[in-house]
Amino acid sequence: MAQHYYQPEIETASREKILEIQNEKIVKQVRHVYDNVPYYRKLMEEKGVTPDDIKSVDDIKKLPFLTKADLRDAYPYGLLGTDLKKCVRIQSTSGTTGKRVVAFYTQEDIDIWEECCARAIVAAGGTNEDVCQVCYGYGLFTGGPGLNGGSHKVGCLTLPMSSGNTERQIQFMMDLGSTILCCTPSYAAYIGESLADAGYKPEDNKLKAGIFGAEPWTEEMRRSIEKSLGIKAYDIYGLTETSGPGVSFECSEQTGMHINEDHFYAEIIDPDTGEVLPEGSKGELVFTSLDKEAFPLLRYRTRDICVLTRKKCSCGRTHVKMSKPMGRSDDMLIIRGVNVFPSQIETVLLNEGYTPNYQILVDRVNNSDTIDINVELTPEQFSDKVSETQAKEKALESAMRTMLGIGPKVHLVPPKSVVRSEGKAVRVIDKRKLHD
Amino acid sequence: MSIKQLSVFVENKPGKLLEIVKNLAESEINIRAMSIADTKDFGILRLIVSDTQKAKEILSDDCVVTVTPVIAAEMSDKAGSLSSILEDFGYENINIEYMYAFTASTELGAYVVFRVDDNDAAERVLKSKGISVLDSMSI
Repeated sequence: MAQHYYQPEIETASREKILEIQNEKIVKQVRHVYDNVPYYRKLMEEKGVTPDDIKSVDDIKKLPFLTKADLRDAYPYGLLGTDLKKCVRIQSTSGTTGKRVVAFYTQEDIDIWEECCARAIVAAGGTNEDVCQVCYGYGLFTGGPGLNGGSHKVGCLTLPMSSGNTERQIQFMMDLGSTILCCTPSYAAYIGESLADAGYKPEDNKLKAGIFGAEPWTEEMRRSIEKSLGIKAYDIYGLTETSGPGVSFECSEQTGMHINEDHFYAEIIDPDTGEVLPEGSKGELVFTSLDKEAFPLLRYRTRDICVLTRKKCSCGRTHVKMSKPMGRSDDMLIIRGVNVFPSQIETVLLNEGYTPNYQILVDRVNNSDTIDINVELTPEQFSDKVSETQAKEKALESAMRTMLGIGPKVHLVPPKSVVRSEGKAVRVIDKRKLHD
Repeated sequence: MSIKQLSVFVENKPGKLLEIVKNLAESEINIRAMSIADTKDFGILRLIVSDTQKAKEILSDDCVVTVTPVIAAEMSDKAGSLSSILEDFGYENINIEYMYAFTASTELGAYVVFRVDDNDAAERVLKSKGISVLDSMSI
């Protein structure tokens, strides 16, 4: 496959060139924040850091972190980096974990954000001949506006569908011949099912690629979406705090997402100590916006757990790649000193042919942690022989041990028996907390 | 000639078995034979019922259910009849996974249900011994 880039010079720049850009930007950016954001200036003063201490990206580790709690404390204007008269837009998070985060943008901030999304669309094979159907939500959510802007920059015919009304999505998709689909992976899967229900085969649509993000999804889900829609499915990552989708995106290799390093500096830290970890280590992803003016977050802790790699990519892009987030640092369980993420358990279950309906029970017996996992049985996995069903439990235990590094007890339970609250399964019951 | 047995995954908790038999009773499905294998966490309930298809549909809403072909062989009411069958299964290297006995609604009396690794071989053995096996129609 011939490689295309939206901004080839920067996307394939040498490591030295990228560092040069980053070093120049960070010095300016720290000065900008120090001068204009009293909230962060105070954090720097408490740490005894001044803008003069930051001479290159190597010095970023001296800066204080920002967390979601800071964003709540500083709501709404406390982290604003410029005059409101220079700002042209806000976007906001869903606010499911507390107070909403409101992010501000100057026109230049929006241009950069949309360029990042344009890089993602071109990496997925997009050109000005494509019809790009954007069914991320429009409005406060960054998904719709981000991909909409990126699609304009590439010159695609843009269908600003927003989410929902699947019947209309399918009608436009078929009538106008959409070639690129942008939405959440779960909605893509739903569109795939709805197309099949309406009697369409995967080859009946003109789609060639999908750009899916804003929620966790697995490789298995990717394969199933690719099959049901007859496309190649690309991952995209971002968060409102740093801009929106397009902070990183997947290329044809589909082995991780290139971070737009000319705009975002990424670190991996130990979520417990805050210590910066070497390349290839698993830890919490931290972003520093190198050139955002209106909402310039430095060392923002995403709580996403992933791995960074600089391994040469076959697509020709030189920017560092991040793995799909493997979980959230706030979901992380420490069991017998080992970090365990519910998403790892989910991966094992999907690999072994189970549904991701499970419940983790953690307890402490005789001063030692215990982990039990209840897994809903599927008809395909059920045998009328006790020995075979018990062997399934043992096989799951062994796969879990390989993945987690500790051995849990697995119990098969009937379908729908895992406790659900408001339609969402309660994944973890940690009884240890009751004893503290 | 095999008959169809329902195998149902049941949690090892009070009341779970009741839910299942109650559901069958409400749909007027008669249980001809049953056996339970239990472990610490779960049990596997094996049922031979008057309407296998209907029972499967009813139970599938809440349970994991599969249909397993098993052989129900008639047992004459005298000492040694089971051991003679097992002896011949042994010669033919037919492995028994599990078995249980029941009385059918015919006047013939006792039957033993065999779940084996090779139904055809087991049937051949039984036929050669002149032992009749039930088909799904006769229960």
